[in-house]
Amino acid sequence: MNINLSLLINLNALAGGLFIISAFGIVGSRQIGVCLKFFILESLFLSCSAFLIGMELKSLHPIGVGLINLITKVFLIPYMLKIILPSTIYTKREINHIINIPSSLIISLFLTIIGWFLAIPLILALGPDPILYINLPIGISGLLLGAYTLTVRREALPQLIGILAMENGAFFAGISLARDLSVITELAAAFDILVMVFVVAVLTRKIHEQTGTTFVGILKSLKEEAK
Amino acid sequence: MLKHFVFNLMQMFVVMALSPLCVGILNKLKERVQSKTGPSIFQPYRDLYKLFSKDEAVPKQSSWIFRITPYLVFMAPLFVTLLIPVLTDYPLFWAFMGDMVGGGFVLALAGFFATLAAVDTTNPYGAMGSSRTRMVGFLAEPIFIIVFFTVSYVADSTIPFIVQQKWVNPMSNFFEPSHILILIAFFMLILAEKGRIPVDNPSGHFELAMIDESKDLEFSGKGAALMKWGGYMKFFVLMCIFLNVLVTPWGLASTQNFLDVILAIPLVFFKVLIFLIVLTIIESSLAKLRLYRISEFMTAAFVIATIAMMTSAFQH
Repeated sequence: MNINLSLLINLNALAGGLFIISAFGIVGSRQIGVCLKFFILESLFLSCSAFLIGMELKSLHPIGVGLINLITKVFLIPYMLKIILPSTIYTKREINHIINIPSSLIISLFLTIIGWFLAIPLILALGPDPILYINLPIGISGLLLGAYTLTVRREALPQLIGILAMENGAFFAGISLARDLSVITELAAAFDILVMVFVVAVLTRKIHEQTGTTFVGILKSLKEEAK
Repeated sequence: MLKHFVFNLMQMFVVMALSPLCVGILNKLKERVQSKTGPSIFQPYRDLYKLFSKDEAVPKQSSWIFRITPYLVFMAPLFVTLLIPVLTDYPLFWAFMGDMVGGGFVLALAGFFATLAAVDTTNPYGAMGSSRTRMVGFLAEPIFIIVFFTVSYVADSTIPFIVQQKWVNPMSNFFEPSHILILIAFFMLILAEKGRIPVDNPSGHFELAMIDESKDLEFSGKGAALMKWGGYMKFFVLMCIFLNVLVTPWGLASTQNFLDVILAIPLVFFKVLIFLIVLTIIESSLAKLRLYRISEFMTAAFVIATIAMMTSAFQH
């Protein structure tokens, strides 16, 4: 399993490590604004990894994917959320987690270990490659952590960030598997995400206008009150 | 052989002499950030001098534990100094006597006796503070162990002199995720172990909120001086482990020349100074956590350390 480590591979691995740490930040942060910041960081590390893989393979495709990712997720989506949603919700603290934060982090750790084990058969099937060793397990773990965020969070915006984090994880694994993924695919996915964020943000804004909260965990009891 | 012996003594002397200065500089920097003048950077030396020239009072109910604790707290960091690189990047006379885990045990022994002594005084604040210190301590323990696991996995050793060479040889190893993540986790550990700001406020003097400080409330005179000096030295030793073993061996003497070893003193001190500036920025921009939030801080450090271990396991 010994691989001749070059600087690029190490840097890519470092981007992967920081990527998974920011995914943990999304799970563990109380404030919605902090959660969004961790998501921006995660997307930034995804782009870094794509650039490094592009430089290593001397291929333009991953660099293009990274660039589109950088523009949409690091700049456009936070900007859109900022203009659509009222600014008060970013400083609010979400106290009502389903599971408290230390247990959440420990559960996430187990999810990460599961992600690592899920990646082993794939790596064995695809052959030894230093990029696969890092990107595949971390991508799968990122996907699982996004799904976990989606499950335990009960505010609208952190749930949206959970979906986007899942997408980040899928891309993190994807750039190591599909080396010549054409830029068109990523462009289509990026537009999809932009539309999705727009729709969810407008919906959240409407909920906030109607009920004064974005706490979607209590939507069920709202229906009963209307009767 | 004799030279190694002399270098070891020099290391101990440097730790004893420079550690109060570091605390003085840190306090001065923090006061400057709050636009206050603050005490002189030599204030810790004056405090020590004052305490050494005072008489000692011992609680009537206390036992022998209270009397030997200052000596143990003072000796433990000096003992660890023998095991770690402070000035040289090659192993010295006692380097193979114990590894990083051994050093951790020696420091833990001093911490154990300090806790017992705080209970021994029958002062209720002492017992409260020591129970809190133990809480932080047992939350820190798994992180220590995982950090040592990772280090031993990556470097095939936990002897500090061997570990430090691993991270810069070849240079690209410096950017290994396991290395950077261990640095973050260990930094958080130092904050917790030394009671710095997100975990405990070192300048707070409200007994109910104290964690680390309330253990040595009852010591006076020479005992208090030794406890204080031991605390300063523990801080310096932890910084040396962080900067010289885990970050880099840069700036350390690599030859057996006396001039080189003496030149290493200002270089190491320069590294420590950078560390203190970073610490000041962190301490001035964060607030102290509530007691029950400390477990979240420690869980975050634990997660980072575990991720470091898993990435290193997959990369190699």
